[in-house]
Amino acid sequence: MTPALKPWPFMASTKAPQPLEHGAIPWLLAVALVTAAPHASHLPLWLTLFVGGALLWRSWLWRQQARLPARWLLMLVVFAGVAGIGWEFRTLFGRDAGVALIVFFMALKPMEMRTRRDSMVVVMLGFFLLLTHYFYLQSIPTGLWLLAATTLLTATLIRLYGGAQPLGAIVHYAGLLLAQALPFMLIIFLLFPRVTGPLWGLPQDAYSGLTGLSDRMSPGSLNKLIQSGAIAFRVQFAGELPPKSNLYWRGPVFDDYDGMTWRALPRGDRAGSPPVVEARGKTYSYVSTLEAHNQRWLLALDLPTRQPEGSVLARSLETLSREPVRSRARYAFTSAPDFIANRQESPALLQQALRLPPRLNPRSRELAASWRATFNSPQQISDAALRLFRQEAFFYTLQPPLLGEHAVDDFLFATRRGFCEHYASAYVVLMRAADIPARVVAGYQGGEINPIDGYLTVRQSDAHAWAEIWLADRGWVRVDPTAAVAPSRIEEGIEAALPADDPLPALVRIDTDWLRDLRNRWEAANNSWNQWVLGYNPQRQRELLSRLGLDEPDWRSMTSALAMLCAIALLFVTVWTFWQRTTTTPAQRAWQRFCTRIKRLGITRADWEGPLAFAARVAREQPQLAALCHEAASIFADLHYGNGTPEQLQQLKNCTRRLPSSWRHTS
Amino acid sequence: MQITGKQSTIAEVIAAANQIILGKETQIRLALACLLARGHLLIEDLPGVGKTTLAHTLARLLGLQFSRIQFTSDMLPADVIGISIFDRERSDFRFLPGALFSQVLLADEINRATPKTQSALLEAMEERQVTTDGQTRPLPEPFFVIATQNPSSQIGTFPLPESQLDRFLLRLELGYPNHNAERALLEGGGRREQLPTLAACFTPDQLVPLQRQAAAVHVSPALLDYVQTLIAATRNSPQFIHGLSPRAALALLAAARAWAFIDGRNMVLPEDVQAVLPGVACHRLRLVNSSSHARSEDIANLIHAIPVD
Repeated sequence: MTPALKPWPFMASTKAPQPLEHGAIPWLLAVALVTAAPHASHLPLWLTLFVGGALLWRSWLWRQQARLPARWLLMLVVFAGVAGIGWEFRTLFGRDAGVALIVFFMALKPMEMRTRRDSMVVVMLGFFLLLTHYFYLQSIPTGLWLLAATTLLTATLIRLYGGAQPLGAIVHYAGLLLAQALPFMLIIFLLFPRVTGPLWGLPQDAYSGLTGLSDRMSPGSLNKLIQSGAIAFRVQFAGELPPKSNLYWRGPVFDDYDGMTWRALPRGDRAGSPPVVEARGKTYSYVSTLEAHNQRWLLALDLPTRQPEGSVLARSLETLSREPVRSRARYAFTSAPDFIANRQESPALLQQALRLPPRLNPRSRELAASWRATFNSPQQISDAALRLFRQEAFFYTLQPPLLGEHAVDDFLFATRRGFCEHYASAYVVLMRAADIPARVVAGYQGGEINPIDGYLTVRQSDAHAWAEIWLADRGWVRVDPTAAVAPSRIEEGIEAALPADDPLPALVRIDTDWLRDLRNRWEAANNSWNQWVLGYNPQRQRELLSRLGLDEPDWRSMTSALAMLCAIALLFVTVWTFWQRTTTTPAQRAWQRFCTRIKRLGITRADWEGPLAFAARVAREQPQLAALCHEAASIFADLHYGNGTPEQLQQLKNCTRRLPSSWRHTS
Repeated sequence: MQITGKQSTIAEVIAAANQIILGKETQIRLALACLLARGHLLIEDLPGVGKTTLAHTLARLLGLQFSRIQFTSDMLPADVIGISIFDRERSDFRFLPGALFSQVLLADEINRATPKTQSALLEAMEERQVTTDGQTRPLPEPFFVIATQNPSSQIGTFPLPESQLDRFLLRLELGYPNHNAERALLEGGGRREQLPTLAACFTPDQLVPLQRQAAAVHVSPALLDYVQTLIAATRNSPQFIHGLSPRAALALLAAARAWAFIDGRNMVLPEDVQAVLPGVACHRLRLVNSSSHARSEDIANLIHAIPVD
């Protein structure tokens, strides 16, 4: 059964090249298709169409047994294609252009596939192209697709060197080979010395397209984010959860307002003493698995009393990492939802928190001035603003009307429709106009418990903006004007707060229970994948190794352990293979499997019983099995005692498959 | 897998023999296998169970010439082999062939003869030729001896020594017929009368190619492994005084080939070996504790102890 492997083609370079079998070509075209297809989602359309067309044309040439295109024509196409890619990406290097080039060559190589050596190039290119998928996606479906593609590539190698065989036999053999590689894969995954950060530098353009909060906020910037069901981060609390109304995850803090856009201050402008946070009441410990968003804030629960290593609590109370978060990472925090922060604040910062663009929003300033005249404490002024939102006809919607130059005036006195960023922005402008230091905080609010794995899932659709005012005795105090307009946004989540016809991603607004359950399960599976496969970092590796008794392993001992384990596994496989080879033949194993299946149906073959005698006994005891059993026994007799053919081995295996399953038979 | 051609004739022989010797198909097949393997047959049983009838039937169906010698204790080798007498007319000795010169020889009650006479017969069986008066005379081809003997417990017997028993490829026991077979026998009357009505299925010329085909049945290495394991088991077993000889192993293989050939197969299976093993082994193995030959139960135990693959 084992296909006789011939020496590799390039070892026999002095001999004439071996022509490629006609029957092997579909396999190679399938390899090209399977390895290139997932890249279609990010390649330029013309390239995708070219690849599809080229493969279709090659298939047609194969069917017609027609001649391959001339070499000069191919050269022309290559130059045109490379020029096109260079023009499209403005470079031939980097991730996107490089992958596009490989895909392009993958489509063209079959056009000059004449010898077996050419086909080897296609297979090797296929293996390489598979790796590049991980530049874009490392999800479970990608992993499964790559596994299937690897099986196809291995099967193609078997087909190339083993000649024509039944499809099932080839796939089975490929699966067997991969299964044998599995222990090595596990050993290498677990023990290969891990380094912090990627092993080699990823191309510069690898981080484009990461979504998340931005370092500025203008009307309409958040609602794009809100329409995404993508996960921002997942949180696992050590104990119980804080109440939902306290789940404010702090992102960027915006101090600077130009009448339209809120911006965070440049870091140098926030000099001064470090922040002082006094926790009051209960604290919560949790681990947050943050998706990459290419920004530095870590989205801690307001307000953290303990930050993870490698991060700082900025003066503006945001938790910032040293580098932008460019890969999914786990961070451990302790937070106190009830806090007093920065009772002492630098005058410069307070001054900044009062600054408003001059000559804008006169009606709002007027209103604030009237409040300042009426009320004598900042708290009362804030309450007046919230009362305004609550009592007047303000609506919470993701589709607000456009605002003019005096954006806050327009919103407060004309349109009165908006969502969190409008309310937060208007509130802060009113407070600043009333001489109360105030600023806008962006982040996420809420989250949803996945009942499958108990993780709190926070999505982009949970993005939120709220306000903070500074009171002399209490420091920075969170005020959420949205809560005044749409309390259900805070209590229940965005889907409850919005009118039913507002656009929201289907993943966020799910009414059907089973669909929600399905989504929860899928996300829990993804989370485990992230935590245990993608999140298997140096620290996790150390934990695992110390559990195995290797304390504080350095890379040398890890490498030698890796080599030793691989050697042991290899030895085991070798011994097993030799044992298999010397004691039993494939025919015997197939017959033993058949007999095992018959045993489940109630008849046990005695050790000393020959095949035909056994078949005769089966025929007496279970006449309905007589024909099949006699067939199998005769085939085995031919294979083992006569001159059987490889096809007969397949027939014997088919007999095993045709046996009724035991449950159908017990009655 | 099926061998076509002469196969149907073999089936005819078996069917016709079944009509004469009722309920003994296995023994008939074994006897036929013994003949196809060019071996001699020993039937050990009580008088009157059909030994002679079996021999006669086979001879007729196969179109072979048949003769019979009743051995007694005063028999001399010349009675078997033949004798040279002086022809007065030609003034020369003329050889009168004995009963040995026939294609099927039924040697009845062989253990009543003296060892001297027994040896004369057995020499002829092994060499397939007879030397008298300095002249070697070949025996007919095919040459097939069916010897019968009474159980050795009976008085007035000279049991065959091991070396002599080894010359017989197979030893059979016919046994009493079962109830139905015996009833049919009683209703139908004696079987000997029907013998002359039997038509031959073969000519002697056809038999020899069949024997050659039977000897060419494929034996795989796996089967040789099995046979060797079996033989080794008889040698290592504490039950037997000594194990099977290499000649016995050859006999076993030849008989198994013939058995497979009768069954219409072109390869030998463990089943074939198992089917002929009692016939091949019983008379060659002597039990340690009872000083009698191995019984078929002992051989069955042996078979059950050896896995086939």
